[in-house]
Amino acid sequence: MGAYVARRFLLLPLVAVGVTVLIFALLQLVSPQQRAALFVTDVKQLGALDSIIRKYGLDKPVYVQYGMWLQQLAHGDLGWSQTARMPTSQAIAAFFPATLELTLYIFVPVLLIGVWLGTQAAVHKNQFVDHFSRLFAISLRGMPQFVWGLILLMVFYGWLNWFPPGRLSLDADLFTKSPEFHSYTHLLTIDALLNGQGWIFVDAVKHIAGPALTLVLVEMALLVRITRSSMLEVLRQDYVRTARAKGLAERVVINLHARRNALIPVITLSSLLFVGLLGGVVLAETIFNFPGIGKWGAEAAVQLDIPGVTGFAMFVAALTVLGNLAADVLYAAIDPRIRLG
Amino acid sequence: MSVIRATIGRTTPLHTLRITGSVLVALAVLTTAVPPLRLRVVRHPLDVGVFVLMVAAVLAFWALPSDFTRRLKRNPLSIAGFSIIFTFIAVAILAPVLAPPLPNTRDPYLIPHEGFLPDPTPPKAGHPLGLTGNQYDLYYGIVWGTRTAFRVAVAVEVISILIGVVMGSIAGYYGRRLDEIVMRITDVFLAFPGLVLAVVITAVLGKGLDKVMIAIAIVGWPAYARYLRGDILSVKQRDFVEAARAAGAGDLRIITRHVIPNAIYPLLVVAAFDMGIIVLVAAALSFLGLGAEVGYADWGQLINMSRSWILGVPGRPFIYWFTVVFPGAAIFLFVLGWNLLGDAFRDILDPRLRGSQ
Repeated sequence: MGAYVARRFLLLPLVAVGVTVLIFALLQLVSPQQRAALFVTDVKQLGALDSIIRKYGLDKPVYVQYGMWLQQLAHGDLGWSQTARMPTSQAIAAFFPATLELTLYIFVPVLLIGVWLGTQAAVHKNQFVDHFSRLFAISLRGMPQFVWGLILLMVFYGWLNWFPPGRLSLDADLFTKSPEFHSYTHLLTIDALLNGQGWIFVDAVKHIAGPALTLVLVEMALLVRITRSSMLEVLRQDYVRTARAKGLAERVVINLHARRNALIPVITLSSLLFVGLLGGVVLAETIFNFPGIGKWGAEAAVQLDIPGVTGFAMFVAALTVLGNLAADVLYAAIDPRIRLG
Repeated sequence: MSVIRATIGRTTPLHTLRITGSVLVALAVLTTAVPPLRLRVVRHPLDVGVFVLMVAAVLAFWALPSDFTRRLKRNPLSIAGFSIIFTFIAVAILAPVLAPPLPNTRDPYLIPHEGFLPDPTPPKAGHPLGLTGNQYDLYYGIVWGTRTAFRVAVAVEVISILIGVVMGSIAGYYGRRLDEIVMRITDVFLAFPGLVLAVVITAVLGKGLDKVMIAIAIVGWPAYARYLRGDILSVKQRDFVEAARAAGAGDLRIITRHVIPNAIYPLLVVAAFDMGIIVLVAAALSFLGLGAEVGYADWGQLINMSRSWILGVPGRPFIYWFTVVFPGAAIFLFVLGWNLLGDAFRDILDPRLRGSQ
């Protein structure tokens, strides 16, 4: 196992360098004039673009510029994000907790309900639960997340007014910014509970429910199918028959013997789900005006806020790589066939 | 032609032929009898001709006495997927007949709009699906958007499969250092969620449908390269490759004539699934405002336009439902159709996976 995990870790810096090269190469597609315009703070400077280009070294050879850019990155200086009206690194820190909270509220229910439903579908093969989950998966696979999100917005905000857009209502937002409220984790629901403010917790959950529901069902559909087929395979194995022959209760056989092994492919899948989620939040947050990194990234892209887009992309790439790494390590820790093979 | 007639005659029951024939004759009579319809057909002979050819081709394919079509016809979900995609192709081909562009328009893909009234208008005579914000006709947009969808999907598939096949076969066939280099390059591309990388590339390239296609192709090729590499690794061990080499064939000949034809089928199954996903991502980019110019017939953009009207007016929350439901249904069915078709292809071409879903 050591060698396998060590190889994974050794590849990490290589991928990191690759990501910076890719992003930098993409940046070269923007003309030097446009990039120089990022440093313009006053209309009068527009006449002197050439001198700005020279001052910031935008006319130097590509590899020199790459070196300068890497140096800035190493200092944590990602530039000024016009859409967030703050430095990019600060913007990431400001927007990420909202996305993290949203991701938690999607990931946990998806895993719990998805695995449960998948198990039920496998145990009751070709019965109602199974047909239901199949229909559910097929119909949701083609559902565009943004259309589904808009329909949810129409029903749950326009009609029922349950799930309003944004992250908090105005009065709750004011209260969380007052000195009475201590931010421990910046995850509003947890902070609200730690402060003993039930109404803020309810308010935050109501605001998260919309974007979370947008992604939960689509993500769950895949998980249910994978859990089901993996579970069906495990249920056919000899050791499950042995467990049943010993006279163990069916519940024990399924929950303790079969499901543990059936969950191995689910681990790989959940890292895929996590990556999909990082893309999905861009749409869900935009629809529900939820102030996370996804909405900010999309805005930055539309308004050609280059430092914002780059910072957003690199941050998401870092999360993706770490997520994949975690899945690989977990996989190796659980399945001996991987670490020996 | 006689081959087609022979195959149809050999395998199709007579009553099916009679029904198909009478439907075609009825359609022909209808189009000639109703003057406005006839005018539409006569004005676009090329599109109608292509449509007739396609129907003939599909009928011939359906009647082929092969294992492939037999399996396809056995599964109702496969038939559903096949029919959905068939309908979309028909709509795309017949777009000028179904939704005739205004005379003297500079680009038929630009949706005509009646006036500049911002509020959408519900379905009415002449506008069967209603008018979205700024009075863009939804029916026209969806019909021509089908063409846009196919253009985007096919262009992206061609580019990304070409790059993927070249890179994948280099990595898989030559192995060792080249393999390592190519795989690390794909690692970098796969370090981003597809949508995020596509957003960044379109942001840098600028808005526009062609930029969207380039962006999605750049995002898509690493997956193809990896699939092909994996399959080539197993194919290149086989005896017929060794035999070809012994016969004096060069690397290029072995790769293009022996290895790729035997390794590409799993890739084509993935490509069928991706037809839907590409359109989904393109629509998502348009939805975010990074896609086609305003007024261009494109499903994602129609949905983007509907965003301003999603909440309706106080007291009547669903008054503008048609602005999101119709274009949404088009995307949903398109993706669903390709998914079902992909399932069908996979079950047929890859017996190992049969029955696992």
